[in-house]
Amino acid sequence: MSNIKVELKKNQVDKIKEICKSFNNNPGELINALHKVQSTFGYLPAEVQEVVSQEMDVPLSKVYGVVTFYSFFSMIPKGKYPISICTGTACYVRGAETVLQEFKKELGIEVGETTADGKFSIGCLRCVGACGLAPVVMVGEKTYGRVSPEMVKDIIKEYNE
Amino acid sequence: MIKLTIDNKIVEVEKGTTIYKAAKKVGIDIPVLCYMDLADLGIEHKPGGCRICVVEVEGRRNLAPSCSTEVTEGMVVNTHSIRVLNARRIVMELILSDHPKECLVCPKSGNCELQSIAIKLGIRDIPYQEISEMSTYRVDFSPSIIRNMDKCIMCRRCETMCNEFQTVGALSAVNRGFMSVVAPAFEMDLEDSVCTYCGQCVAVCPTAALTEVDHTNKLIRDLANPNKTVIVQTAPAVRAALGEEFGLEPGTLVTGKMVSALRQLGFKYVFDTDFAADLTIMEEGTELLERLSKHLKGDKNVKLPILTSCCPGWVNFFESQFTDMLDIPSTARSPQQMFGAIAKTYFAQKINVKREDLIVVSIMPCLAKKYECQRDEFKVNGNPDVDYSISTRELASLIKRANISFNSLQDDDFDAPLGESSGAGVIFGATGGVIEAAVRTAYELFTGKSLEKVDFKELRGMEGIRQATIDFGGTPINIGIAHGLGKARQLLESIRKGESNFHAIEIMACPGGCIGGGGQPLHHGKTEILKKRMEAIYREDEGKTIRKSHENPYIIKLYEEFLGKPMSDKAHKLLHTHYVDKKKRIIYI
Amino acid sequence: MSDYKLHLLVCGGTGCKASQSELIYENLKKEIGNEGLSDFAQVVRTGCFGFCEKGPIVKIIPDNTFYTQVKPEDAKEIVAEHIVKGRKVERLLYTDPVAKKTAGSTREIGFYKKQVRIALRNCGIIDPENIGEYISRDGYEALGKVLTELSPADTIKIIKDSGLRGRGGAGFPTGLKWELAAKSPGNEKYVVCNADEGDPGAFMDRSILEGDPHTVIEAMAICGYCIGADKGLVYIRAEYPLAIERLKTAIKQAREYGLLGNNILGSKFSFDIELRYGAGAFVCGEETALIHSMEGGRGEPTLKPPFPAVSGYLGKPTNVNNVETFANIPVILTKGAEWFSSIGTEKSKGTKVFALAGKINNVGLIEVPMGITLREVIFEIGGGIKNGKKFKAVQTGGPSGGCLTEKHLNIPIEYETLVAAGSMMGSGGMIVMDEDDCMVDFAKFFLEFSVEESCGKCTPCRIGNKRLHELLDRICKGNGAPEDIDRLINLSYVIKDTALCGLGQASPNPVLSTLEHFRHEYDAHIIDKKCPAGVCKALMTYEIVPENCVGCTACARACPVGAITGERKQIHKIDPKLCIKCGACLERCKFNAVIVN
Repeated sequence: MSNIKVELKKNQVDKIKEICKSFNNNPGELINALHKVQSTFGYLPAEVQEVVSQEMDVPLSKVYGVVTFYSFFSMIPKGKYPISICTGTACYVRGAETVLQEFKKELGIEVGETTADGKFSIGCLRCVGACGLAPVVMVGEKTYGRVSPEMVKDIIKEYNE
Repeated sequence: MIKLTIDNKIVEVEKGTTIYKAAKKVGIDIPVLCYMDLADLGIEHKPGGCRICVVEVEGRRNLAPSCSTEVTEGMVVNTHSIRVLNARRIVMELILSDHPKECLVCPKSGNCELQSIAIKLGIRDIPYQEISEMSTYRVDFSPSIIRNMDKCIMCRRCETMCNEFQTVGALSAVNRGFMSVVAPAFEMDLEDSVCTYCGQCVAVCPTAALTEVDHTNKLIRDLANPNKTVIVQTAPAVRAALGEEFGLEPGTLVTGKMVSALRQLGFKYVFDTDFAADLTIMEEGTELLERLSKHLKGDKNVKLPILTSCCPGWVNFFESQFTDMLDIPSTARSPQQMFGAIAKTYFAQKINVKREDLIVVSIMPCLAKKYECQRDEFKVNGNPDVDYSISTRELASLIKRANISFNSLQDDDFDAPLGESSGAGVIFGATGGVIEAAVRTAYELFTGKSLEKVDFKELRGMEGIRQATIDFGGTPINIGIAHGLGKARQLLESIRKGESNFHAIEIMACPGGCIGGGGQPLHHGKTEILKKRMEAIYREDEGKTIRKSHENPYIIKLYEEFLGKPMSDKAHKLLHTHYVDKKKRIIYI
Repeated sequence: MSDYKLHLLVCGGTGCKASQSELIYENLKKEIGNEGLSDFAQVVRTGCFGFCEKGPIVKIIPDNTFYTQVKPEDAKEIVAEHIVKGRKVERLLYTDPVAKKTAGSTREIGFYKKQVRIALRNCGIIDPENIGEYISRDGYEALGKVLTELSPADTIKIIKDSGLRGRGGAGFPTGLKWELAAKSPGNEKYVVCNADEGDPGAFMDRSILEGDPHTVIEAMAICGYCIGADKGLVYIRAEYPLAIERLKTAIKQAREYGLLGNNILGSKFSFDIELRYGAGAFVCGEETALIHSMEGGRGEPTLKPPFPAVSGYLGKPTNVNNVETFANIPVILTKGAEWFSSIGTEKSKGTKVFALAGKINNVGLIEVPMGITLREVIFEIGGGIKNGKKFKAVQTGGPSGGCLTEKHLNIPIEYETLVAAGSMMGSGGMIVMDEDDCMVDFAKFFLEFSVEESCGKCTPCRIGNKRLHELLDRICKGNGAPEDIDRLINLSYVIKDTALCGLGQASPNPVLSTLEHFRHEYDAHIIDKKCPAGVCKALMTYEIVPENCVGCTACARACPVGAITGERKQIHKIDPKLCIKCGACLERCKFNAVIVN
């Protein structure tokens, strides 16, 4: 028997099974189930997708195909403080790009990456709908409005103490 | 009926017909790339993705993909306006701008659909090269198939074959946009996925994104080695298709020419896998009868139906997807492996060559065979029973390389003793053939009577799932047949649910059986070719003097001299196998 | 609502929430409690007021006082002054940027003057989490009327007569769409609400769901009645947590009130709604892609026909409308088709919600009658261009639209006129650009979006947009060749002509429209190697003005690549070959000696 090594604890696997079951293991609810699983684990590592595939009876390649199609799903754990820079049009014309560059420079990581200490990750999102505050940056659930490149250092500092 | 105009020609077609098919009816051949019509297999793949087949429809804002746009009454279509030709050329240039420019050394050169359309469209320049980024991926080598997704054009035919037709689910479209590609989960190696190596993805790939592992150079080296004795076995389906590679009509039998060519290539002995097919019938048929008679006596422990096990793609399929049913298939090895085991024991002794110095090569219509001969169960002290397998296509390439004028070759005969076969061995190449061969033998052994008519036409055909009841002298025997793994899945699920009352089932992974294998000459969507190959197989059978496996004199001799009787200890050791549970299971930490 | 004399409406939309409006709400409540006025004045957390630029907003009714940019600590003063003493807090009142006059009530604010609110009629007025407030403003009256007085065909006729067209993009007549789904044979049908607002810079669907979720529920039920569906699905972006929460609450309340579920209002009609979450794919705004996504797969579009009305969700007849379209339905049915069609123009009836953003004074969400001019929207409602800069262009229709210029300012906003002008209505994003914006860079921005959001299914979008982006990128980097213009044009037209779905077909629009109206900017980039707006970094050169340089060495020390040379107290020099145009020297120089060309 060829086994894949799954770095999951039994209670974690049970949790995934429970989530799948709450959607009646219905393949049509794959995306809803993945949302729920991601909100539980923070991301969707291969092992987790493997369990979802078996429980919902969707080929693993299909699950992966769905995970990689939607930008909301991630296979990389986000930082403790995920930084999301809105790059919607309204924010872009009000300078989101320079803010993004500043964050990348300050943290030394690219979009989609997490700092080595696991503290910060940078992501882009398209319009949070707070265009009045453009450019907008979110750190976790907290929203920062009218962010300028000069503010970047201070924002990071807030979480570095 | 719907009346429309295409390029000023009036066409009348049925409702629901696409522009592409309507145009075809009046001799207008619109180029298509991602489109694939496997009508005989019930697959019409028309994602409308490549946009090569666009045409201008009067009154429509944009161009319409002819492969997937249905005709409407009074429609006026232009398939070659400047607008269309410009669009088609630019779309082609775009595809080529993200495609490696190495046609000269590409394995598909000359047989590549992308290349043919580029020629047809008169592409003379690939713009954007100085600025264009290419989508590149890691090349994935498995024992049977090479994936070079740099050459993928996202036609997604492979995805359809793997999921809809075969229901294997090894491949799916992954990623998004420019980096989207068809791949196994996590872009893992095919070898680690649920791939069965059936090769149907390779059979439909328009480019060289999916190709077989090529052993021809290795073979040339071995043939040149004076210390090795290189022998070859050829599978039944090869002779019914090889001629196509040399421009012969599909369905032309080239058995004699093939033997001749193999001899010219330098093989010491040219043998026939059909011989081993006869041997398979002896073992599998006996196993069937054993289980059957126990069952008829009321033994509840006996597992029925018995499933055939000659097809390695099918074996891989149930080993990973039907692991609860591993005790149902026959334990008999495939003919390729039976041949190898006999060649490296019985025959090696006969010609007094050491096992290590004997190289057994197989010519197969199949890509899963390449994997099969590498399995540990089929090795003795690390030395494989069959050293490697090359496909029908690879053989054709070798013959061309060796300047052999195939079509003018004289017919030659297989060598003895492993070259003699019955008609039953030949029909292994077509769906239903294995079970028909088994019935020919099992009937006689079961009833003790001689068959008056050996042709069981009710077992033949292209239906995906077929069933028939054969009267075994008063005992009705229910037979099931499936080809294509999707159909196999249906049958297996009905067995699992206890809904079937079959005694024996034959399963082949590929459409039409081995004649439609992943290693055969490419049919390019013309599935009527499969039927022609099938007819050829049955013609060969009819032409044989011996039609039943148990009447093959060399088989009888083999049992007398070496094996004893079917299912003997020795036969068990050499000719039977066991199955491995390949299902991935979660283990906890 | 009527038991109280005063209502303090606090905006609970996402924008204001991000500026601590929740705390303002809490503080106001506390202060009113402290003053012992809890029976007199009520604090209500509402949906978006639209005037996001000036958020957080607190509005007091009945006197319509409009406080802007309120801070949590202002709560005390508002209660002490306005509520207790009846004196408005002057400093928090809105000041008109043009007239420099404070506005005592919303009626005096330019931003609201020309607006007509139909889809947004309840946003910023009711508490979205209280079904009672929706009902008190005639909510569910339309559903009651339809179920008791009208046949599905009658209802569809009213919608058709109203002239309502889809508000999500292309403007397909809603009544006709319903009729097609109604006529489609089948017992199992679906109503789908497309709330996967993907246009970056448009947020009307979110505001409606956050501010008035019941209107969507009511409209979906009506649609279900009309087409013969008993199940509705809302496909909503997972990035909209507040909208999801409010919608869930609203669905629960509607069920409790018997407005969803079996035998609604005692009729034979049953209807219920489920949510399906989008997961960040712009293409899922396309209805076939949306349906595939709802079925749990990759959101790839498929060829139409078959239209969803014939074969949609799970292969069953399905009617898909977007949020704003649905929000119009209940009012049309209570006030009549004639009333609705009296608003707007001949071919475009009713109103349209726009998200005004970019270089404009009044960023926010507005609803205007069709036929209003761009000039009125930008300069009257929008309050003109920020910082007194010059207007350059406005992009409507998001990444699928095009830019419109000075010469288009007087055209009426209608589906057809916008298309004729090279843009489109789209979902209602309206991004205003000023003289500091580079149009080549702007086209590149949208192409980058289209490349990132392409599903990858068809060649023109998957590879074509990538090549368009590469061409634009090299132009912005100063490496453009004169023939690139022709390539851009030819490639753009072929993509429009051959892409599989509406999004792919529309993706070259920003390129074509900027090429049409701002060809000179492209030429400047390609031929003169200059970016007139000073946006494209690679085309900038940094220089030191000798007259201003004092030789302080600050710039040389700041330069990360050592491109600046010069001895102390000597004039410094920048080596253009080494300069990476980071701007560090400019930032550091205290003597205005560094200039950018």
